Amino acid sequence: MSASRPLPRPLRTAAARRGRPTGPFLVAPVTLLFALLLVLPMALVGMLSLQGFDASSGGVLDAYSWHNYAQIVADPYYHEIFLRTFGLAISVTLGTIVVGVPEAWFIFRMSARWRAFFLILTLGPLFISAVVRTLGWSILLDGQGVVAQMLVRLHLVDTPPQMLFSFPAVVVVLVHALVPLMVLSVWTSLQSIDPQIANAAVSLGAGPFTVWRRIVLPQTAPGILSGSLMVFALSASAFATPALIGGRRLKVVATAAYDEFLHSMNWPMGAAIAVCLLVLNLGIVALYGRVIERRLKRRLGEATS
Amino acid sequence: MTYLRIERLNKQYGETVVVDGLSIDVGRGEFVSLLGPSGCGKTTTLQMIAGFVEPTSGDISLEGRSLVGTPPAKRGLGIVFQSYALFAHMTVAENVEFGMQMRRVDRAARKRRCAAALELVQLGRHASKYPRELSGGQRQRVALARALVIEPPLLLLDEPLSNLDAKLRHDMQAELRTIQRKVGTTTIMVTHDQAEALAISDRVALLNQGTVVRFDTPTGVYDDPGSLFAADFIGRANVLRGHVTYDGMDRVFRVGPASLPLDAPHACGEHAFSLRPERIELVASGTGHVDGHISACAFHGNCWSVNVSTDIGELQVQLANGGGYVAKVGDAVGLDWSGTALRPLAPHTSGGTR
Repeated sequence: MSASRPLPRPLRTAAARRGRPTGPFLVAPVTLLFALLLVLPMALVGMLSLQGFDASSGGVLDAYSWHNYAQIVADPYYHEIFLRTFGLAISVTLGTIVVGVPEAWFIFRMSARWRAFFLILTLGPLFISAVVRTLGWSILLDGQGVVAQMLVRLHLVDTPPQMLFSFPAVVVVLVHALVPLMVLSVWTSLQSIDPQIANAAVSLGAGPFTVWRRIVLPQTAPGILSGSLMVFALSASAFATPALIGGRRLKVVATAAYDEFLHSMNWPMGAAIAVCLLVLNLGIVALYGRVIERRLKRRLGEATS
Repeated sequence: MTYLRIERLNKQYGETVVVDGLSIDVGRGEFVSLLGPSGCGKTTTLQMIAGFVEPTSGDISLEGRSLVGTPPAKRGLGIVFQSYALFAHMTVAENVEFGMQMRRVDRAARKRRCAAALELVQLGRHASKYPRELSGGQRQRVALARALVIEPPLLLLDEPLSNLDAKLRHDMQAELRTIQRKVGTTTIMVTHDQAEALAISDRVALLNQGTVVRFDTPTGVYDDPGSLFAADFIGRANVLRGHVTYDGMDRVFRVGPASLPLDAPHACGEHAFSLRPERIELVASGTGHVDGHISACAFHGNCWSVNVSTDIGELQVQLANGGGYVAKVGDAVGLDWSGTALRPLAPHTSGGTR
């Protein structure tokens, strides 16, 4: 055994002598990629957002000012859009918690065979293109759609309701799209729980619901937290679903920015809206993470970070 | 008087028989260990008592009432898990109070009993800490307090000390036994550590391949193992095979060229006997039962472990460290022992490994 040990050592020293690249060099390619694909475009968008716009000629002016931001802050039209967007993000986050957290627990408790099957089924929405999935929902929710017809048949309503183009419809579709992320993130938390802990609670007289609510749920808090952050950020910046399900009147920030770019051709304003969304999103996510993480840390230790 | 009765308990997973007709009776207040190598079915047996696993057949009854079919939450047994399974998001006090909350014990009584339980395990000062702020030994005590505070009719311990280091384990063995004596709860402990089982149990059930091989007091199991498996698993043993003869006056056990006297009556014929290493004495060559020379000698601090090559094979000898000269490799010595040191091993197990 000991005779074979020294063998790797000469190789390593030889490599070191040849001057193998160290830390900064090794991360250079990915840093460059990020700079090229993320930082540079973001910087350009930031620059664009400070420029003016001439509505009559449809041209971008070369004068730099905070004018666009001032307009967003002052105009109630934008207030409504931002409030709606974050209202939507909060609703979707709550929806994925309500649906995803128990769902993860149910699937986790299944036998290995069913578990694999239902996990794939749960992840389904991630495998389907956002546009196809959204169109599927719009067929379901349309006034002439399956759900409306069913409600009429069951005599629950007299006239088929138009469920499309409403805030709840956008929430439902986004919850469907994003719930896999919540399930996956809670799943990792569940896997880190000592499997005997549920048995311990049972032996002390707890029923299945109590075990879940008092023992399992609090310990999946880190998973719920990270899942919420992902879902919140993704639904605040969601575009396809609000555009297709919400329609033109139910504007969110992403669709408003899109409209500024492609309909009003006011690129600087669109850029300013996009930057506002980014900053608010980052701010809320950072604050939420900071506040909740600190409360969890004392109880659950470093596992939350 | 039988308190817990396990009768012809069976557990099969498909074709695999894990527990095979296991029966033991445990008296009230007794501390019984289920001891055996891994895969002997001891943990499965404990799981069936706890109710997490349903037996394929057989019965488990407590004070005459069958537990089979009762869900684990309704059995009200105290269980200490190998990993302790503490609720990480609750303080020590909240952990201990959980079982009483489930039983709807009122707040004042809950606080009082929680404090008493923590006092019992000497953790009174740590009530408001979280489990991760405690050491391994302290977590173990929390788990014990949490199991005992519900005043269970039966305490189940699943390898409770296996996660502790050697010294702490030794201290906790004594403490576990003291606490169990104090509260008087009938206790079943699963362990693979024979020293632990011998040190703290009233009786030891030695399990092999799903059945009880031996169920006796620690001294009974050790001094008179009765089977090759027991002699080999618990402690160390020299196994001698030979022929027992009786000429009307002396009963003699012939092993190779040696004739060893037997004190107790024994049937004639081919038999195996066990001889514990610490029952053998080193004497001057020619004055013992057999002669030989020392082939290996190891010092363990409190004792010496000596191997002696003799006509009847290599014998292990353990000598207490009295501070003086013992022996060195190559010395010619005689080996002597009292007539009761040779213990018969059941014939049906004589086809074993040695």
